[in-house]
Amino acid sequence: MAAKSNLTNMVLALGVTCLLCSAILGGAFVLTKEPIEAAAAQKTNRAIAQVLPAFETASERQFVEALGKDFPYYEAKNGETLAGYAIESTVVGFGGNLTLMVGITPDRVVYNTSVLSHSETPGLGAKCTSDPKFVSQWQGFDPSVKKLIVRKDGGDVDAITASTITSRAYALAVENALVAFDTLYAPDATSGATKPVEEGGQSNE
Amino acid sequence: MSKFKLITDGLVKNNPTFVLLLGMCPTLATTTSAINGLSMGLATLFVLVLSNMAISAIAPAVPDKVHIPVYIVVIATFVTLLQFLMQAYTPAMYETLGLFIPLIVVNCIVLGRAEAFANKHGVLESACDGLGVGLGFTCSLTVLGLVREILGSGSAFGYNFIGGHDGMLAFVMAPGAFLCLGYLMVLFNKYLKKN
Repeated sequence: MAAKSNLTNMVLALGVTCLLCSAILGGAFVLTKEPIEAAAAQKTNRAIAQVLPAFETASERQFVEALGKDFPYYEAKNGETLAGYAIESTVVGFGGNLTLMVGITPDRVVYNTSVLSHSETPGLGAKCTSDPKFVSQWQGFDPSVKKLIVRKDGGDVDAITASTITSRAYALAVENALVAFDTLYAPDATSGATKPVEEGGQSNE
Repeated sequence: MSKFKLITDGLVKNNPTFVLLLGMCPTLATTTSAINGLSMGLATLFVLVLSNMAISAIAPAVPDKVHIPVYIVVIATFVTLLQFLMQAYTPAMYETLGLFIPLIVVNCIVLGRAEAFANKHGVLESACDGLGVGLGFTCSLTVLGLVREILGSGSAFGYNFIGGHDGMLAFVMAPGAFLCLGYLMVLFNKYLKKN
């Protein structure tokens, strides 16, 4: 089996192995770098297209500061007119971070949402990506008409069965995205941006 | 020992999950559905075959006192390679399995086969052994995932057959994993004893 150990051959064996392995990995990294970036970009683009109405061009990833943190966002346009903003919003869910892509049209209505990443419990909170009733309620969710709080807490958001914490987090992520949206976009300079933290009653014409 | 026997041994007599009880951490954690179990099994199979082959090839030249570090570096290389490939070509699956892909490095099945088999046998035999044990692991994980998915979410391989109802959620979570694993182990060993 193995050769007898002495300092020289031990150092040599380890050194050569590490050198070879790092060379292989370096090569693999270079080769897979492009497909990995393409896969990530494709995922983002698909999420943007899913949460906003049809648009022609989407901007690069930009950042807007709101609530003391940076929200990444993409600006989608049809020619010169704004189609909407796709805003990435991260909150703490039940099992870890929950990151959503929230599409908001200029009339301050949520067009649709999409989960970018989550670590919720499979079969419970993880249903935030699949539960048809929960997912579909975000299409055309108008925060000036409906309260962005789960029904259990007196709002208008239908929670996922047995996953209230995840549902609350989801609603909070949407609400934070709306705050970021208001920082980005004030439709009427005289009325100023609304403060969506105090929900309901306010509306922008 | 024939090559074919090496493969069937890994599947049944030396089944890593139900007989040797190795690699319990990914077994319990990733088998929330049949597809997840299958993917985790295949990922481990990939690493197992390649690392077995590489280690059997270099074993005669590796000094005894540093053989474990050398093997681990080799295994880690293949795991990282797998990680790059999955990230590039199956990003969704990479996200689902998440942490458990890099953890294949410390999966005792992989180092176990290197120590117990690959460093004493030829490249081809080691490849067969890796294939057998890897297939055994894949089948066990798929079966466990399938049982948990049927009981827990009322679906099989993502195909839902109980409509909008909830399954028995406990089976999707950790307690169900232990329960299912225990009962499957009993069934498997009962079958083995009969033969």
